[in-house]
Amino acid sequence: MSVIIKNLSFTYSKNTPYEKKALDNINLEINEGDFLGIIGHTGSGKSTFIQHINGLIKPQEGEIEIFDIKLTSAKRPKVDLKALRSQVGMVFQYPEYQLFADTVEKDVAFGPKNLGLSADEIKERVKQAIEMVGLDYEAVKDRAPFELSGGQKRRVAIAGIIAMRPKMLILDEPTAGLDPYGKEQILNLIVHLKKHCSPTIVVISHDIDEITRFASRIVVFNDAKIMYDEPMKALFKHSNMLKEMGLDIPRAVKIANALRYKGFDISDDVVTAEDLLKEVVRLYNKKHNTAKSADGISFDLYDFSLKWGAEDILTPNATGEAQTSEPSHSSDINAACQDGDTAKKQNACTDVKDDETNHTEKDKTNDSRKQK
Amino acid sequence: MRDISFGQYYPVKSFIHSLDARIKILVTFLFMISVFFIVSYTMFVFMYIALTIVIAVSHVPFKIVLKSIKGILFLLIFTAIINIFFTSTGNVLVPIHIGRVDMSITDQGINFAIKMAMRFTLLVLGSSILTFTTTPTELTDALEFLLKPLTYIKIPVHDLAIIMSIALRFIPGLVEETDKIMMAQKARGADIDSTNIFKKIKAMLPVLIPLFVSAFRRADELADALDARCYNASSKRTKMKVFKLRASDVIAFIAVVLFIVVIFLDKYLVTNLLVAPDLGGFEVQGLDICIYNLFRLVG
Repeated sequence: MSVIIKNLSFTYSKNTPYEKKALDNINLEINEGDFLGIIGHTGSGKSTFIQHINGLIKPQEGEIEIFDIKLTSAKRPKVDLKALRSQVGMVFQYPEYQLFADTVEKDVAFGPKNLGLSADEIKERVKQAIEMVGLDYEAVKDRAPFELSGGQKRRVAIAGIIAMRPKMLILDEPTAGLDPYGKEQILNLIVHLKKHCSPTIVVISHDIDEITRFASRIVVFNDAKIMYDEPMKALFKHSNMLKEMGLDIPRAVKIANALRYKGFDISDDVVTAEDLLKEVVRLYNKKHNTAKSADGISFDLYDFSLKWGAEDILTPNATGEAQTSEPSHSSDINAACQDGDTAKKQNACTDVKDDETNHTEKDKTNDSRKQK
Repeated sequence: MRDISFGQYYPVKSFIHSLDARIKILVTFLFMISVFFIVSYTMFVFMYIALTIVIAVSHVPFKIVLKSIKGILFLLIFTAIINIFFTSTGNVLVPIHIGRVDMSITDQGINFAIKMAMRFTLLVLGSSILTFTTTPTELTDALEFLLKPLTYIKIPVHDLAIIMSIALRFIPGLVEETDKIMMAQKARGADIDSTNIFKKIKAMLPVLIPLFVSAFRRADELADALDARCYNASSKRTKMKVFKLRASDVIAFIAVVLFIVVIFLDKYLVTNLLVAPDLGGFEVQGLDICIYNLFRLVG
């Protein structure tokens, strides 16, 4: 057990009119090797929560135990915060804004230096950290961090944290403000770090599609409390509650829900695009008595949902009712379909209710994808 | 860092909060001038009583208002010391001579020191009531209105008001940013909480550089945003909230003006009409003379 949090509460600006409860009796255990995703609305307390794990905020009530270091509201005994921070690495939102040194190397070395390591050790760690985040050490070490691109800056900032070799890594919105390519790279980096650097990872994200790609367990914060703490696959049985809290659910789950509503026999486990693809192929095989495999099919969920009649047709609203399509949508969908047989697809979009057309159309989509 | 209380708007509902910001600024301005015309302890007492009533009516807790004095405590003590040691008029109580410099403590010096400290405290309390009960937006709007005559001598009052409101608006943002960067560097093991002053100064550098970078970036973005919305493209701008004087504003204004008139009467009329007692160099002024005579009559 790496982190145990008991009855943790925290209030900002206590006893003033600005008083705001940020955490209300939080109990949570984070195990070694966990890949924990934290989701929640702005102001739901998730940032305050992770700041506690790093000892940046002193608990007002309750206690936290992190790798045998105990944090309580008591003034004594004094906690060795440096030791704690070398074990728990914290990557804040927009970490590139905290870069300050004149070269990348010096900036990354800031953390290890503060730990009081030897010069050789620091140099080695810096080199390793920079390479770990996928940058060319020799090429970037003497450059000013401010001249790098946005994605590169962020990776340098992350390197600055992992150079401290934390056992646990916390990332607050690691992909915020990046372009899709940069996002993809940071996500891959996180998975890489989990394997090679910090076995326990906690990620805050508001992009549910992103978090479901790697998190094995998801904690949902709402109104300063933990609402759900579930394995990733089990979370979305609470889809309606999540929606009520104003949280999004993964696109694949939305589509699966819609298809289920239409009468397709889709399993409850669908969370990611891959799951959905497997289910669709399974249904195809069942119907046509074939044994096609889902492997090797490139599958773009966004494209798929567009071709299947746009998001809002397939998205059941809170009551679980699918909306019927409007003619105005067809033109959008039409534009989105780049294949030759747009007319047919438009047809499929407007006649979603017809199960038979639906089926054949889906098969076609899949087939055409397979051919690609 | 989050708990900066001096001059921060205190969001409650009260009579003072609801007053017209222009009146509040005007009244505070008059009040500040009049503070320098208070000569008698009697008037000081009246002033403090009046201020206490105003604070009570404003629903801002006394504790928070008093906190604002903390910031000028050093200044208060410093001026008091200067006054005590470097006033040479009056009757000498403790003779101190350092070399040729006469640093004797006189009764008049103590008199000045106390009055000066009371004046400073009044100034700070009075002005903090203004900022506690008026939002920064109201303040700048009202200032813009009051300074409007200056546009005739080509002073860009509106621009100045915008600059001021942007500056005010950005203070909480910068504080928050500082907080964030501090946390981020602390997470990397920076010695920001260290008690060693040199370590602390060194640890501030990784905070200040990103802070400056971000402040410039924000300023740049804001300028672009203003441009993009065609700021200053049209000469005449209208206001969403238009100031309107109400009866309560007028009454409050008249009450304060009457009070100030009393202060002036005390300084100029009472002091000149009554014959001040001769106590060596020690001056008794205004209504204090009456009180002094009363005590003499009784005792």
